[in-house]
Amino acid sequence: MKEVPLAIRPFGEKAVLVEWPNKVKETILNDILTFINSFKREHPSIWELIPAYNSVTMVWLPSTKLDFDEAKTQILESYTGKHEPMENERFLWKLPVCYDAEFATDLIETAETLGFSVEELIKQHTAHEYIVFGIGFLPGFMYLGGLPKSLQLPRRKEPRLDVAKGSVGLAGKQTGIYPQDSPGGWNIIGNCPIPIFDASKKNPCFVNAGDKIQFQPISKAEYDLRKIESEIGIYNLEKIPLNA
Amino acid sequence: MLKFLKSGFYTTLQDFGRFGYRNIGVPVSGVMDELSVKKANILLGNKGEDAVLEITMTGPTLIFELPTYICLSGAQLSPTLNNEPIENYKVIKVEAGDILSYGKLESGFRSYLAVKGGFQGEKQLGSYSQYNPVTVKKCFKDGDEIPYAQIKHYEPVITELKLESHLDRDTIEVFRGPEFSILTDAQLEALFSKDFTISKKNNRMAYQLEGEIDGHSESILTSGTLPGTVQLTSAGKLIILMKDGQTTGGYPRVLQLSEAAISTLAQKRFGDNISFKLS
Repeated sequence: MKEVPLAIRPFGEKAVLVEWPNKVKETILNDILTFINSFKREHPSIWELIPAYNSVTMVWLPSTKLDFDEAKTQILESYTGKHEPMENERFLWKLPVCYDAEFATDLIETAETLGFSVEELIKQHTAHEYIVFGIGFLPGFMYLGGLPKSLQLPRRKEPRLDVAKGSVGLAGKQTGIYPQDSPGGWNIIGNCPIPIFDASKKNPCFVNAGDKIQFQPISKAEYDLRKIESEIGIYNLEKIPLNA
Repeated sequence: MLKFLKSGFYTTLQDFGRFGYRNIGVPVSGVMDELSVKKANILLGNKGEDAVLEITMTGPTLIFELPTYICLSGAQLSPTLNNEPIENYKVIKVEAGDILSYGKLESGFRSYLAVKGGFQGEKQLGSYSQYNPVTVKKCFKDGDEIPYAQIKHYEPVITELKLESHLDRDTIEVFRGPEFSILTDAQLEALFSKDFTISKKNNRMAYQLEGEIDGHSESILTSGTLPGTVQLTSAGKLIILMKDGQTTGGYPRVLQLSEAAISTLAQKRFGDNISFKLS
């Protein structure tokens, strides 16, 4: 992507906010990820970088005072510098989802609202690849883009107090997985047996911003098996390298 | 071991936080009131960020199974050691079998117990700070135990600190947040002239304020948030994110608390008043 003018602003005493144009676009995401790569290489382990859609929040970790002007210069140098584009390995993850009525509390209602049969809804939901624009809000919560208009419906009028971990939902322009039991207002159409966040792993979240997700329908019997496997730490996930 | 005979209202193990995992949605966590904790740790000759117990509103009852030295700080919770009153910001020697308990909350909201060498416990992703689901435990329960090192002798450089306390402060120093520019003159006037009351919805994740200002219809793309970020909802409610707060959010971030102001706010409870002062 051609370089774009970045907006760089202080964000309190310990952080800098870097913003790209206010759009949800894969080209912007790629530009952000390239920037993060080169900045991290040049300034290792003194910043924490949090990408989301069109921004990177950069948190200064040392206990010394953050010098905003110096940071801004470093950010611009890193962004405009002629670096070898060192791409992160990026993957398309195939995540199993069981659309059984046991988990899919809103499946029938959602299909009716969207004007599909249940089978057609599952077919559409599993046909697309969704890009991960960032991970935030809760540990392992993916902001996924690329939901087609035909699958967009408003969130539920009343949020539920307890949405089960692994629940797969639709709400507005978003689809995604609840990484933990939590309150939530999304329309729940299935459940993924693979934990997206597991603190006991060296890499607690296997998905990274820039990866893609595709859902794969599985039966209740397969769900039960995958659930047991993942509880003992076996995931058997299918992943396809994106930049091979 | 330090044993919890009673756990208190909400007692957690905290160091200064979990860094390097916010890009996968893990909040930084850590002590809410860093100022109070640093002082206690310094008196004990610890590193400023060594792990302490964060005690909220109602204190626990604790029995020490090994001799060591402790220092209390933060909220004034009428602590006693073997039923004898003790003071905050003093190095105190404890023996095996000593019982530390707490009484009436006199000032502040969060009290700290630091021990010579720091508490140990379940370390996850580089930090002792309890935050479920990263750590198994969310907070301590009756009967829990937590390890610390036996220290038979320690000669403190200073034994007592008498410093100005931030507990009585009610001015919250803020900087312009990323979306400060969406604020109208009326909203600015309200933000910096009114007092706001801490609502019942306050915890380690966020403090919601009572006393709304005008709402808005601005929407932003989800973007990073920090401890001390003041979000303005479309209905005009103010929500201040704290140490266990979400790592990203979609509400405009109109103000950002100074680091010292986060410590000040951490000592406020339901019904307390605060006002904002722009730096």
